[in-house]
Amino acid sequence: MNMQERNISDNNFEQCIKCTVCTVYCPVVPVNPLYPGPKQAGPDGERLRLKKGLYFDDTLKYCLNCKRCEVACPSGVRIGDIIQSARIRFNTESPKLRDMVLANTDFMGSIATKVAPVVNMTLGMKPVKAIMDCTMKVDSHRTFPKYSQGTFERWYKKNVKNFQDSFPRHVSFFHGCFVNYNYPQLGKDLISVMNALGYGVHLLEKEKCCGVALISNGMIDKAKRNAGVNTESIRKSVYERQMPVIGTSSTCTFTLRDEYPHLLGVANHDVRDYIELATRFIYRLIDEGKVKLVFKKGYKARIAYHTPCHMEKLGWGIFSTELLRKIPGVELTTLDSNCCGIAGTYGFKKENYKVSQAIGKPLFDQIGKLKPDFVACDCETCKWQIEMSTGYQVKNPISILAEALDLISTSEANK
Amino acid sequence: MGHLKKDNEFDVIIVGGGITGAGTARDCALRGLKVLLIERHDLATGATGRNHGLLHSGARYAVTDRESAEECIKENMILRKIARHCVEETEGLFITLPEDDLEYQAKFVESCLAAGIRADVIDPKEALLMEPSANPDLIGAVKVPDGAVDPFRLTSANVIDAKLHGATVLVYHEVESLIKDGDTIKGVKVFDHTTKQTKEYYAPITVNAGGIWGQHIAQLAGARINMFPAKGALLIFGHRVNNVVINRCRKPANADILVPGDTICLIGTTSSRVPFEEVDNMYVTADEVDLLLQEGEKLAPKLASTRILRAYAGVRPLVATDDDPSGRNISRGIVLLDHETRDGIKGFISITGGKLMTYRLMAEWATDLVCRKLNVDKACETMEIPLPGSEKENIDEISKKTWSKPGTPHKAVVGRHGNRAGQISMSSEYDASLVCECESASVGEVRYAIEELDVHNLVDLRRRTRVGMGTCQGELCACRAAGMLAEAHKCTETAKQDLQSFINERWKGMYPVCWGDTLRESEYSQWIYSGVCGLTGEGSTEKI
Repeated sequence: MNMQERNISDNNFEQCIKCTVCTVYCPVVPVNPLYPGPKQAGPDGERLRLKKGLYFDDTLKYCLNCKRCEVACPSGVRIGDIIQSARIRFNTESPKLRDMVLANTDFMGSIATKVAPVVNMTLGMKPVKAIMDCTMKVDSHRTFPKYSQGTFERWYKKNVKNFQDSFPRHVSFFHGCFVNYNYPQLGKDLISVMNALGYGVHLLEKEKCCGVALISNGMIDKAKRNAGVNTESIRKSVYERQMPVIGTSSTCTFTLRDEYPHLLGVANHDVRDYIELATRFIYRLIDEGKVKLVFKKGYKARIAYHTPCHMEKLGWGIFSTELLRKIPGVELTTLDSNCCGIAGTYGFKKENYKVSQAIGKPLFDQIGKLKPDFVACDCETCKWQIEMSTGYQVKNPISILAEALDLISTSEANK
Repeated sequence: MGHLKKDNEFDVIIVGGGITGAGTARDCALRGLKVLLIERHDLATGATGRNHGLLHSGARYAVTDRESAEECIKENMILRKIARHCVEETEGLFITLPEDDLEYQAKFVESCLAAGIRADVIDPKEALLMEPSANPDLIGAVKVPDGAVDPFRLTSANVIDAKLHGATVLVYHEVESLIKDGDTIKGVKVFDHTTKQTKEYYAPITVNAGGIWGQHIAQLAGARINMFPAKGALLIFGHRVNNVVINRCRKPANADILVPGDTICLIGTTSSRVPFEEVDNMYVTADEVDLLLQEGEKLAPKLASTRILRAYAGVRPLVATDDDPSGRNISRGIVLLDHETRDGIKGFISITGGKLMTYRLMAEWATDLVCRKLNVDKACETMEIPLPGSEKENIDEISKKTWSKPGTPHKAVVGRHGNRAGQISMSSEYDASLVCECESASVGEVRYAIEELDVHNLVDLRRRTRVGMGTCQGELCACRAAGMLAEAHKCTETAKQDLQSFINERWKGMYPVCWGDTLRESEYSQWIYSGVCGLTGEGSTEKI
């Protein structure tokens, strides 16, 4: 008998051969000596934790969950997943009020959008910021993203829903909390672009927050519930309505595809390939000759593109940059691969502020040197971080496309 | 013994730094004797360090060997008290598989109870809840008080206590001959492998605790002990698959015990007679690996897809019974030989047979005899007094008491050294940084081991701290540790040679199981050491 052919480890962490390249690529390690780095926190620590839970190290909370370690790993070890799973299994501290406020993006959003002007003004006031800094440990340097008056969903139903069926082809749009509560304009831009390309845009039967903030703040039960609802809605869209699902947020898209099965145990293998980022969806249509883009004359912009960490993990940065390069008059620079430091709610927490800014510094410096007209990025939290730290405006590639396209001519071309 | 002695004069000389010798040295020292312990290699290099690390409940012996079973359960309960930081109270299961005879279970339970071993028949479903990795096809399960014990730690703790009570410990000192005066053994002539000098030490009693090599020591005294070396091979897996010891409920056979030990788990053993000439050169064959895996999977199917770190083999020191002139019958339990009454050789006794589990009892018997011969009237206390490091608290309590914010490396240190972790410096960033990342061994811990725990080389260091025992098998830690040894011993050349032999020693264990990720890792290690570091030994044709 040849046992060797059979005995191959299917324990992902055992595929680590300790080359340590993950730790070299970790953005936290150089700026926070308290963090042991992905190798020690991940595959190394896992063996000790399997021995006894008491070897769980509280410092795992410093992990950004940026997944850069996984991108770097030549052995295919899901290091970030190992670390997050350990936090899920062993962390005994229950989430603080602050973490609950930060993590429940859809609950907070649905309340705040009703009284947006008051909330926006209040959250922007210095004394309020100081109080939040002291009492809730939300760093006073941070500016909360503004809430919009009324949600994207409401606007959609009132203004565009009725004619979406008239297009020849269809997609579902996972808008996410940012588009719904903070920045409906991005959703409007997506609908303009997709409609011009001949696609009707539909909402999912039910959409909940993707849950990324719930996961990083330890609210796993709620994250699982959301994942169940979203995956089921996506399944209906794909199989009952024959509509693939697109998103404008790299993190939401990544979470729906990979974090659900890896961290939350919600199976999605039957729909995973039908969930993608709008830029990739559009680029592929162009590539296959299925749609044509007609641009406005005289559009000019010097753009610096920042690849969000989860976009690196998806490996899809190239679709956004190549799509932008198709716009005549765009001078595009892809910024060096660096984490901006915000990592969703991480950077909002007082204890992480310094680390967060130190991680982002090389990125901010490069943007400062380049002096672009604005920055492009597929992630909303990177947007807040870059806007706050550099003063440059950050736009989603879909919004840039909406600006640069001659929508009427494009519609004609795709009839 | 109050009166003044010269530096090379002792009350008792103990030959052999395995657990028996270490335990005897401790017991003798606790009874006030001036003790010398001599070991030709490092502590725990023989059978002591080459077994399952199973804290036997005795259940395994209950059916066939009641006496051993009774000794085991008594010592099991004592070790839980006195050696807390060496012992893990995991519990054990004896599972019956469809191919096994379920009737054996009744006999087994009855024998356990008769020997004083708690044995609860539990529902197979309950057994799977207790240990989810156990074979789900099981048709019967019995819960027994098995556990895990770290033999290196246990030996080291006994040596520490012996030294705290005045004992002298000389490792890398090999007995060349026994000093005789007529029919009396007066002492030993030893060769110091470090300084290459020969020295003489004197004592009225010499205790032979040489394990399998005790046959040779007895020969030097002019006595004959017949040993039957029985080789047992084991496989170490990359992580813990089980947290409860899993045994097969059948007559003892190959590969029917899976023990969780520290960060790994191990399956064993095989059993085959080997000629005495081969006891210093044990290797594991491909057939043994196949057999261990094949049988191991039946205990825990997950083993089939778990990375194997290494394979190793030990030699059971089985002793022929004195009452059998053919020398073929094996004595099961502890063998204490007073060579004065047996062979007419005064001042010389042998303590052998037995098991890791019964080392303390063996030491007690040997020490009682030593004391009788020396007219010392002091009772044994080793069943009551905790070993150094095992004084009371658990890992969490000690960690919190010692450091304000204990992380994984701090807790790992406490896990290995118990209460003595307080002596290990982890305060500076350098001291807290890791030498061995797989097992979380810090610079402070390595320094403590070099300074306090008789560490001469990297292999010794591995036994005290687990440096090099993790998944990478020395890939990242060996060169760091070699650097620290070079500094401590002020010799780079020796450290370099040591590094090479350590890497080769690790390779020897990986070779029989070198496929899959273990193969990738060993290739990467080779690339680091021979490709990047340029470590190529002259005269060495072995692949590192």
